[in-house]
Amino acid sequence: MVKHRNPYRNLDWTLIGCYLALVLFGWINIFSVLHGDSGNIFDFSQKYGMHLIWISISLLTAVVIIRLLPANLWPSVAWVAYGAVILLLLATLVLGVSSHGSQSWISIGSFRLQPAEFSKITTALALSTVMSKYGFTLKSVPNILKIVGLLLLPMALILLEKETGSVLVYMGFLIVLYREGMSGWLITIAFLVVLEFILTIISSPYVAMVVAICIFLLIFFFKKENYLFGLIVVVLTAVALAFLPKLFQIEAIAAVNPLPVEAWLAIITSAIVLFFILQLIILSPRKQFERNSLIVLLCGILFILSVQFFYNNILQDHQRNRIDVFLGLVDDPKGIGYNLHQSMVAIGSGGFAGKGYMNGTQTSLGYVPEQETDFIFCTIGEEWGLLGALFVLALYLTIISRIIILADKAKDSFTRIYGYCVAMCITVHVVINIGMTIGLMPVIGIPLPFLSYGGSALLAFTIMLAIFIKLIFNEQRA
Amino acid sequence: MSRRNTILLVLFVIFLAIAIRLFTIQIIDKQYSETAGNNALKYVTIYPARGRILDRNGNTIVENKITYDIMVSPLLVEPFDTLALCEIFGVDRAYVRERFEQYQSNARKIGYGSMPFIKQVSSEQYNAFAEREFLFPGFDAIARTARIYPINAGGNLIGYVSEVDRDYIEKHPEYRAGDYAGKTGIERAYEHRLSGEKGYTVYYRDARGRIKGHYDNGSLDKEAVAGSDIITTIDAELQAYGERLMKNKVGSVVAIEPSTGEILTLISSPGIDVSQLAEINKYYKEISDNPYNPMFNRTVQSAQPPGSVFKLVNGLIGLQEGVLRRETRYPCARGYTNGKIHVGCHGHPSPINLTQSIAMSCNAYYCYVLRNILDNRKYDNIEESFNKWRDYVTSFGFGRKLGSDVPYELGGNVPTVNTYNKLHGKGRWKSLSIISLSIGQGELGCTPLHLANLSATIANRGFFYTPHMIKGTEEFPLDSIYTEPNYTMVDPKYFPYIVEGMNMSVYGDGGTSHVAQVPGVNMCGKTGTAQNPHGDDHSVFICFAPKDDPKIAVAAYIENGGFGATWAAPIASLIVEKYLNGEIAEGARKDLETRVRNGYLLNKVPVKKRRR
Repeated sequence: MVKHRNPYRNLDWTLIGCYLALVLFGWINIFSVLHGDSGNIFDFSQKYGMHLIWISISLLTAVVIIRLLPANLWPSVAWVAYGAVILLLLATLVLGVSSHGSQSWISIGSFRLQPAEFSKITTALALSTVMSKYGFTLKSVPNILKIVGLLLLPMALILLEKETGSVLVYMGFLIVLYREGMSGWLITIAFLVVLEFILTIISSPYVAMVVAICIFLLIFFFKKENYLFGLIVVVLTAVALAFLPKLFQIEAIAAVNPLPVEAWLAIITSAIVLFFILQLIILSPRKQFERNSLIVLLCGILFILSVQFFYNNILQDHQRNRIDVFLGLVDDPKGIGYNLHQSMVAIGSGGFAGKGYMNGTQTSLGYVPEQETDFIFCTIGEEWGLLGALFVLALYLTIISRIIILADKAKDSFTRIYGYCVAMCITVHVVINIGMTIGLMPVIGIPLPFLSYGGSALLAFTIMLAIFIKLIFNEQRA
Repeated sequence: MSRRNTILLVLFVIFLAIAIRLFTIQIIDKQYSETAGNNALKYVTIYPARGRILDRNGNTIVENKITYDIMVSPLLVEPFDTLALCEIFGVDRAYVRERFEQYQSNARKIGYGSMPFIKQVSSEQYNAFAEREFLFPGFDAIARTARIYPINAGGNLIGYVSEVDRDYIEKHPEYRAGDYAGKTGIERAYEHRLSGEKGYTVYYRDARGRIKGHYDNGSLDKEAVAGSDIITTIDAELQAYGERLMKNKVGSVVAIEPSTGEILTLISSPGIDVSQLAEINKYYKEISDNPYNPMFNRTVQSAQPPGSVFKLVNGLIGLQEGVLRRETRYPCARGYTNGKIHVGCHGHPSPINLTQSIAMSCNAYYCYVLRNILDNRKYDNIEESFNKWRDYVTSFGFGRKLGSDVPYELGGNVPTVNTYNKLHGKGRWKSLSIISLSIGQGELGCTPLHLANLSATIANRGFFYTPHMIKGTEEFPLDSIYTEPNYTMVDPKYFPYIVEGMNMSVYGDGGTSHVAQVPGVNMCGKTGTAQNPHGDDHSVFICFAPKDDPKIAVAAYIENGGFGATWAAPIASLIVEKYLNGEIAEGARKDLETRVRNGYLLNKVPVKKRRR
C-alpha cells in the first residue's frame, strides 16, 4: 500500500469544521422548531427536509469550488459575475415574487432564489479585483468614485426590493476600506452617529451616553496604546454605569429626588470623565488628539440629547412612526416590540443549560415569529440555554477571526481584501441577527449565516466561504 | 496597533457585549424566565353560575341551565370525521369550513390557544360529543350557563343577558370576549351582584402544545365564585296576570306596596316575551322592528299628561294653601267659562263640594281651585305663586327622577316659569293662560311610575317611599333612599279629604270609578282621561286598597283607551282583586276580566315612524 501525501491536508480544517458544525446545528434546530418528535427529519416535503437538500447542494458546490475550480478563476470572473447579479437584481425587480413585504425572490423552476444574497459575493469579488490592482490607492478621487459606485449600485437595487436588512450588510464593506487605508475616524464617527441615534430612541439617552463614554474611553486609551489599563477602565465604567441605576432604585431616594436617578448618574459620570480627561490633556504632550477627542465626546453627548429632543418635539407623529417601524419598535398589530418580547422570553427562559432539545415551549408553540429563519437563535437560546448560545457565538467568533487572521497574512492582496469582505459580511449578519433577538438591535429581517433556514442564504454563504478557503489553500501551496 | 488588531478588538468587544447580554437575560434577569406570565401556561376559564332572580314570595323568575361551548385548538386538530361532527351538533359542512377558514386567517393570533367552535350546545348534544370526544382531537367542551325563565312574566323587567361585544369590553375592561353580561332590566342594574367571579385552572404545556397537567399543583388556580341571587319585590304571579290583561294593548301598569315602596308589578306593554330573552340575538330584529317598540319601558320612560288624576294634587295644594276647604262648593254648567276660555265638563249635579268634585271628576271645580292657588294675594305676582305651586308638585316626585332602581328612569316634566315666559312672553301670561294644568293637561309629563307613586302617597296619607324592585339582604342592605319616607309639602291632615273623594268615586252617587268595585275590598280610585292630539284619549286610572291600611297602590295608563273607566279602571281593579283576593269573583267580575283579556286596542294606536 502506497502512502499518499494528502494534498488537502493543508485545507483550513478549522474553518471547515466550524462551518459544518454550524450547518448541522442549524438543521437539527430547524427540525426542532418545525416538527420535533412527530416528524421525520428526512421528510423532503417539509422545510427541514428541503433544508437538507440545500445543505447537500451547498456542500457539493463547496467541493466543486475547492477541488475543481482554479483559484485564479475568481479575479477573472469577478466583473462578469458582478454584472450578472446586477441583471438578476433588475430582473427580480420586474419579475420577482413578493414575500413578507419585500420583492426579492425570483423563481427558477421549483426553487426560489434571492439574488440579493448572491450580490454580496459578487460585490466582494468585484471590490477585491478593483482594489488589488497594482498601485491602487484610496487617496485618488477616481478610485474612490469607482468604489462608491460599485457599492451603491447593488445597494440601490436591493433597497428598491425593500430588503433593508441586506443593504445594511454593505456597511460591512466600509470596514474593508478601513483596513485598506481609509481613515478610521470616518467609520468611527459614522458608526457612532447611527448607534447613538438608535440607542437614544430604542433605549434611553442614559444608555446612549454610557455607550458613548465607554467607546470614547476605549478609543482614547487605545490611541495612547495603554491597552490593559484602558480595557480595565472601560469594563469597570460599563459595569458600574450599567448596574448603578439598579443599585440606586431605592424608593426613599426617589421620593426626595426631583430628577430621575438616570439623569443624576449621567451628570455625575460626565463630570468625572471630564475631570479625568482634562487632567490627561494637561499632563500629556499630545494635546491635539485629546482636545479633538474631547470635543467629539462633548458633541456626542449634545447629539444624544438633541436626538431625544428632535425625536420627541420636532418630528411629526407620522414621521416618528416611520422611524419606529424602521427600527422595529412598531411592527406588529399586537403592539410595540411584540416580536422582540417573545424572542427575549424564549431566550431568557432557556436559562443556563436550556430546556433540552425539542423541549422549547416558547419557540415551538409559535410565539416567536419567523422562528426557523430570522429568529432561529431563539430556539438555540431556549433549548440549549446559555451554553448553546455561547457555543454558537464561539463558532462565529472563531470563523470570523480566523478569516481575518488568514486574510491579513495573505501575500496576494486579492485574497486579503476578499477575506476581509467575507469576514465583515458574516460579522454584520451575526451581530444584527443575534443583536435583534436579544434586544440590542432593532428588528431587521436578516438571516443568521449557516444556521437559518433558507436555501439562497446558505448557498451564498457557503460559496463565499468556499472561495476564501480555496484562495487560502492556493496561497499555502504557492 | 495594526488595523487588523483594531478590527479584531472591536469584533471581540461586540461579541463580549452579546455574551454579557445573553448572560443577563438568561441567568440574571428573572423577567424572562419561566413564570406565571409564560406562554407555555394555559389558562382555562371556569365560568361562574349567574345568580338567580327570585320574586317576593321566593318563586324563581330566572335561573340557569347548563350548556356547553364547544372549543377548538386549531393547531391540535387532526383530520377528523367532519360528517360525524356535523351530525352531533346539527350543523352543515359549510359551517365547519367557514369556522376553520376563520381560524386560518387568525392563525398567528390564536397560536395554540382555543377558539369557540359552537356556542351553547344542549346537554344531549354535549353527551353525544363527550362519548366520541376522542375522535376529535383538538376539540373540547367547557361548561357555561344559560338563562331559563320558569314563569312567563316580566320580560322587560328582567332584561336579557348576552355576550359582551367590543364596545362593552372597552367600557368595562374587566370583561373578556366570550363573557356574558346583563344588558337591560334587572340583569343590567344588578350585573355586579349577579355575575359572580370567574375562576381559572392553569395548565402547563409541552413544546407541542399538549397539556401536561396542572401547573405547580394548582397553586395558581382560582375557584369561580357563583353570583348572588337577587330577590325582587315583584310578585311574579301578579306580574304574569297583569301581562295577560295587557295583551294587545299599549300602555303600562305599575303596582306598589305603599307601606314600603316595593314595586309589585311593573308592566310595559307590549313587552318582550321571556321565551325570546334567552335567544335575544335571534329575536332582536323582530323585537326592534315591532312598531309598538317592546324594548321601550313605558313604565319609566313614557312621560305623558296625567289627565284628571292630577286633580288630586291640585286639590291637596289648594287645601294646604288655604284657598280650598272640603265644604267649598263651585258651580259647573257643563264646564268653566271665563272670557274666551272654556273648559268643558260632563253633565253632573251642580254645585258640588270637594269630595263630590273628585268622585264626579268635575273640570270646572279645579279651574276655580287652580286660579285661587295662582291668584292668591299673598303672592306678589303669578311667577311667585306659580313657583310655589311647582314646588308642591315636585314634592310629590313629579318632574324629576324618583330615584328608583328601574334602569333608564325618566324625570318627566313639570313646566317652569321659563316655559311660559318663552311660550307667552314674560309678564304676558296669567292663571287663565295655564288653566289646563288644573285638570292635568298641558305641559305636564308624568310616567306611570309617577302616577303609581302618587297613588301610594295618597294611600299613605302624605308620604312615599322611593319605589324600588329589589329587596335588601344582609349582604346588600337597601340604600337609605329606599327606606326613608319622603313627605310632600302638603300636611298629612288634608289627605283624608282626598281619600274620601277617591272612595266616593268608586262607591258614591255619580262616581266615575264604579267599574273598579271589587267584592270584599274597600277601594279608592280616580279616573283620568288624558286628551291626546294624536288619536283617541289615553285611559288613566290610579287606585289603592283597602282604604284603611292600604296594601296595594296601582296606576294603569292605557294608550288610546278612551275614558279612564273604559280600560284603565277595569285593569287596575282586576290587579287589586287578584292581589288581595287571590282570584277574580265569579259573575260580573269574571265577565269584566274576559272583556279586558279579549280587548284589542292596537288598531287604535297610531304607529309613528320609528326614529332610526
